[in-house]
Amino acid sequence: MATATGIYHTNYRQDLALRQTRADWVRLALLVLFVVVAPFVASPYWLTILNLVGIAAIGAIGLNILTGFTGLISLGQGAFLAVGAYTSGILVARLHWPTPLAIVAAVLLTGVVGAVIGLPAVRLKGLYLAIATLAAQVMIIYLVRTWDVVTGGVDSLVVPRPEVFGTTIRSDFIWYWVILAFVVVATLAALNLFRTGLGRAFVAIRDQDIAADVIGVTVWKYKLWSFAISSGFVGLAGALLAHYRSIVTWERFTIDVSITYLAMIIVGGLGSVAGSIYGAAFMTVLPALIQRAGQAIRDVLPGLSQQLPAVQLGVFGLVIILFLIFEPRGLARIWERIRDYFRLWPFRY
Amino acid sequence: MPDAGTLCVGTLALGVSRAYRFNLNGSRLEAGERQLAIEDIRLAFGGVQALRGVTDEVRQGEIHAIIGPNGAGKTSLLNCISGLYRPQQGSIRFFDGDRDHELTKAAPSSTARWGIARTFQNIELFQHMTVLENLMLGRHVHMHHRLWRSLLFVGPAREQEIGQRELVEEVIDFLEIQAVRSKPVGSLAYGFQKRVELGRALAMQPALLLLDEPMAGMNAEEKEDMARYILDVNQLAGITVILIEHDMGVVMDISDSVSVLDFGELVASGSPDEVSQHPKVIEAYLGEAAAR
Repeated sequence: MATATGIYHTNYRQDLALRQTRADWVRLALLVLFVVVAPFVASPYWLTILNLVGIAAIGAIGLNILTGFTGLISLGQGAFLAVGAYTSGILVARLHWPTPLAIVAAVLLTGVVGAVIGLPAVRLKGLYLAIATLAAQVMIIYLVRTWDVVTGGVDSLVVPRPEVFGTTIRSDFIWYWVILAFVVVATLAALNLFRTGLGRAFVAIRDQDIAADVIGVTVWKYKLWSFAISSGFVGLAGALLAHYRSIVTWERFTIDVSITYLAMIIVGGLGSVAGSIYGAAFMTVLPALIQRAGQAIRDVLPGLSQQLPAVQLGVFGLVIILFLIFEPRGLARIWERIRDYFRLWPFRY
Repeated sequence: MPDAGTLCVGTLALGVSRAYRFNLNGSRLEAGERQLAIEDIRLAFGGVQALRGVTDEVRQGEIHAIIGPNGAGKTSLLNCISGLYRPQQGSIRFFDGDRDHELTKAAPSSTARWGIARTFQNIELFQHMTVLENLMLGRHVHMHHRLWRSLLFVGPAREQEIGQRELVEEVIDFLEIQAVRSKPVGSLAYGFQKRVELGRALAMQPALLLLDEPMAGMNAEEKEDMARYILDVNQLAGITVILIEHDMGVVMDISDSVSVLDFGELVASGSPDEVSQHPKVIEAYLGEAAAR
């Protein structure tokens, strides 16, 4: 494909557009094609994986807003997911709210909880904040396990299948389109956020908080906003997870989940919306692939398949270490480099 | 939104005149009116007395230099003005027409909203953002930030971005950094970064501009350029500048008034000529023997 010598905008509106070149549009078209065709060709197993990727992507975008863009490390991701999942689940299962309304309520409530949990961030940053959010993670999960009357405690909460316009959403195939719609909305919202002053203020706090204060960004207020917005996204992911899985148990929201989400945004690319999606896909598909590989070699190496969980953890750790060493900016940067290579070909730069 | 009616015409040395739509000066005062009154400021860090009762005054439209040996308290004074430090005693009053502000109890984000912009001795830019984004952040206090509008983008949020961009582009033009507009700041040469930091402060449409060693680490040519920009900011836009600088040649050339600090005390204040003749200044810089 012929490439132009550069991008020549004639007004600021064009400069603000998300897609600026024909190549951008072609890539988008290919992506749309893939997304539309995928559910028709995927096996039920992979369709489930795709759905989980979509939910994880929304959660990872949320965490990236907080950690990647605002520079506030959070180990409370699992707890925020739990708040979203339990809120939506309880509203539907016990109070018989319509599912869409329950999801909206879950997003708002998780946002509020996020802002409250974010209060220590007003004074703390870095590792100290990580510890404060870890405390929140432990406390919220403890609350979920012990507040029997509301959450059902250690017993799982069964959420009825959502009913929209009189039809029950049951199949993975329909779920795929529902989740896809949410992913598209969440992605666009996050991209838009960082095209405007609000998102820029977050990045300013990450890069240089004193300078941000001096140019008029009220740092504490924007840190809390970041927590609230981030948690809103995570709450949405939690609510979707509750309705998709129709069972909510505290075991799905432990500290491991928080770490896995951090791994997603590190592997995908900190401070990149697209990277959050790459990371979510990578971290959801990788265990599935390892499992498949384990089953395939079960007969050849019977000892290994028993060690599969350990292998999985080992590979996870290895992948994160390799990314930190070789490409700290993650899959998003690798993709950029591939794109630039073809854009500039046959020249080096 | 800035008043688009104000026309500010800059005449460049080449004889080319360029019309800017926006007035970068945010002050409501007339030139020559008292803008900043520093009274008996005392600042201590534990046992270290950084400022011991400094009293000074700055008038609208002047370039006011603060000089002094290392550790004299120059940056501390600037930090008190911009709200980064809270002095234990004294007051700093900032006049802006009908609105006056006390700066010693204000947070930096408040002083920014009142029109005080600054640059830092060690560049404090947002390294991973582009030049344009850094300058757009200078517009932060002039923008309305609404969550739903930001998430939706189309509509008011986009209109606001485009509206503010027009002023930012004038600043980019003013400082001649068009070529690096979309480069990440971290990748730029030192001299450019200094200029971008000045640009970010200018984009705030400040009433008072605090520059902490804008020429540190520059060669003669870069210093000349920077001096030219500071003069343009002051003379064409009419912005009051408070400047900390170690290069005496530059200070004596471009400033209207000079204050000299030594060990946290104001030892002299006045026109560049008066100050350079002052025995205490000679003592502070060259030692007691030279003063005699």
